[in-house]
Amino acid sequence: MKFIAIKMLHGDGAKYLGLIFGVTFATLLMAQQVSIFIGLMARTASAIYDVSESDVWVMDPRVRYIEEVEPLRDVELTNVRSVPGVAWAVPFYKGLISIRMTDGLTQQVQLVGVDDVSMVGICPKMVMGDANVLRRPQAAMMDKNGFIFTWPDQPLALGKEIELNDHRLVVSAICKASQTFLTFPLLYVSYETAMEITPPQRNKMSFVLVKAQPGISAADLATRIHDTTGLQALTNNDFAWRSIRYILQRTGIPINFGITIFLGVIIGAAITAQTFYIFVIENLKQFAAMKAIGVTNAQLLRMVLLQTVIVAATGYGLGIGMTALFFQATKDLPATAGFILHWQVMGGVLIAISAISLFSILFSLRKVFKLDPAIVFRG
Amino acid sequence: MTIAIDISHLNKSFPVGDDVVPVLHDISAQVRLGELTMLVGPSGCGKTTLISILSGILSASSGDVSVIGKSILKFSDREKVLFRRENIGFIFQQYNLLPALTAAENAALPLLAAGVAKKQALQKAVDVLSEIGMQAHTEKLPRQLSGGQQQRIAIARALVHNPRLIVCDEPTAALDAKTGQGVMEILRDVANDQTRAVLVVTHDSRIYRFADRILEMSDGRIVGDHLPDNFVHKE
Ligand SMILES: Nc1ncnc2c1ncn2[C@@H]1O[C@H](COP(=O)(O)OP(=O)(O)OP(=O)(O)O)[C@@H](O)[C@H]1O
Ligand SMILES: [Mg+2]
Repeated sequence: MKFIAIKMLHGDGAKYLGLIFGVTFATLLMAQQVSIFIGLMARTASAIYDVSESDVWVMDPRVRYIEEVEPLRDVELTNVRSVPGVAWAVPFYKGLISIRMTDGLTQQVQLVGVDDVSMVGICPKMVMGDANVLRRPQAAMMDKNGFIFTWPDQPLALGKEIELNDHRLVVSAICKASQTFLTFPLLYVSYETAMEITPPQRNKMSFVLVKAQPGISAADLATRIHDTTGLQALTNNDFAWRSIRYILQRTGIPINFGITIFLGVIIGAAITAQTFYIFVIENLKQFAAMKAIGVTNAQLLRMVLLQTVIVAATGYGLGIGMTALFFQATKDLPATAGFILHWQVMGGVLIAISAISLFSILFSLRKVFKLDPAIVFRG
Repeated sequence: MTIAIDISHLNKSFPVGDDVVPVLHDISAQVRLGELTMLVGPSGCGKTTLISILSGILSASSGDVSVIGKSILKFSDREKVLFRRENIGFIFQQYNLLPALTAAENAALPLLAAGVAKKQALQKAVDVLSEIGMQAHTEKLPRQLSGGQQQRIAIARALVHNPRLIVCDEPTAALDAKTGQGVMEILRDVANDQTRAVLVVTHDSRIYRFADRILEMSDGRIVGDHLPDNFVHKE
């Protein structure tokens, strides 16, 4: 009876496509939106993980996520350095600031100031030029996507001049950084330069980056720094999760994505359920004839389930394939760079699609089970 | 045993709204093996209702029906399905073929439902189709065939599992006279087998001559039991 179920399904081309479309659409919407959401969260963390040399981030207790900065007093650097178990500790500047290009246009950038000696916190991968150039005053390094964003349609080149609070800077190196949550260009300078060119303020140090001595765990050191200095000290992982939790709890992002995903599920389920229902209703006479001839309800159940599995598997495969193609096609766009389709997402969507499919045949199956075969004798 | 169907004091009524509308009144009759029995009568007199009950598709309100020695009214729904699958072949006015299946696949359906392997089932279906002149069309879809050819597929489907009873509701109503005659000749042949009974509901007086016996119904009752010659004469 299996091949009969398959032939019945394929026999009605338009409805078969409609069914597949419903499942594909729901799969695509769910997989894509969930992946983008996860990608955004990962971006939040990537600014933290890009700083790989240090073990602990030290910051003001009020800081809730990486893009929010409460300056520390300079003396805190010395305080942190004096905590037992600290191998080294360096200052790190991070802040939003406006730059002016030679044509007079302005542009927001994320200014990053790294310790001149150790270069801890520098952009991990060079594209053009040398990071050591930052030790020169007036030298700056921009990330590649930021460069493209700032000077669209221009080839990557060193020597671009920019102005920052009346200080002249030259883009003397280009690097490749992970996309961050804020999509503004990243502008790297030395910590000294950052102190000089940013507006005068009593305190300017954003973070202290700390390395633990061998044999001391990052978590232990973080606790110790907190106990000694009263500052907030977090391991890379803890800081990443704190940032992600903040975004989840305090922004509209999860709700927006939640709504899109919810709508995807509802619309996908509605299309699938309705098409399935119409499929069964229009084939009611065929089901009745089979029942009259002696096909049992159990056999009909197996047939409908097989049809469902075929539709769900095909639609799911197409939807996942389209999602993968989407991320492949957009992997070089700054807005979507770094977004990938995780297997966990694929698994989750598979479960959701199975649930949708089973739900959508419930009504149809009821109809088939209750169907009175006597209708075969009626015109 | 020569009795295929034994009906005694059968009543059937349908609930319509809050009322109960009686359709069959105290019917008692017999259908014999080796005969082609016709059931005739005006539209709405209850012919379809009666054969639906006799073939275990519809339940009765009261009375007793024995088909091939089995009291089918006492069966559970599942027992009825299995009984139909094994013992009854159906031919409908509207053919009721599955449009996505070929002629052979359609004809093989009762065997497939009974769990016969696909290959054997299809082979048997092709054999039966060949016996009724359809050997050239076994791989065609119903929509590629004429009404008469589609009804032959339905006949093959009704015969493929060698049922004891073949039940037909207006098998020639959708066919022209000549094609209808062809269909009746096949059924006539089947009824010559002493282990089988064919029961045909019809309006079509042109085919009365194929009957061994004609049961006349009116208003939910059996009002006559005729030999075809007399009946044609009477009309
Ligand atoms: N499911 C039902 N519910 C209510 N009334 C029904 C039902 N099925 C049949 N009837 C009624 O029972 C009566 C007999 O119907 P049936 O279909 O058996 O007649 P018939 O002799 O086959 O007619 P025809 O020659 O037009 O096919 C009709 O009055 C019909 O309206
Ligand atoms: Mg009728």
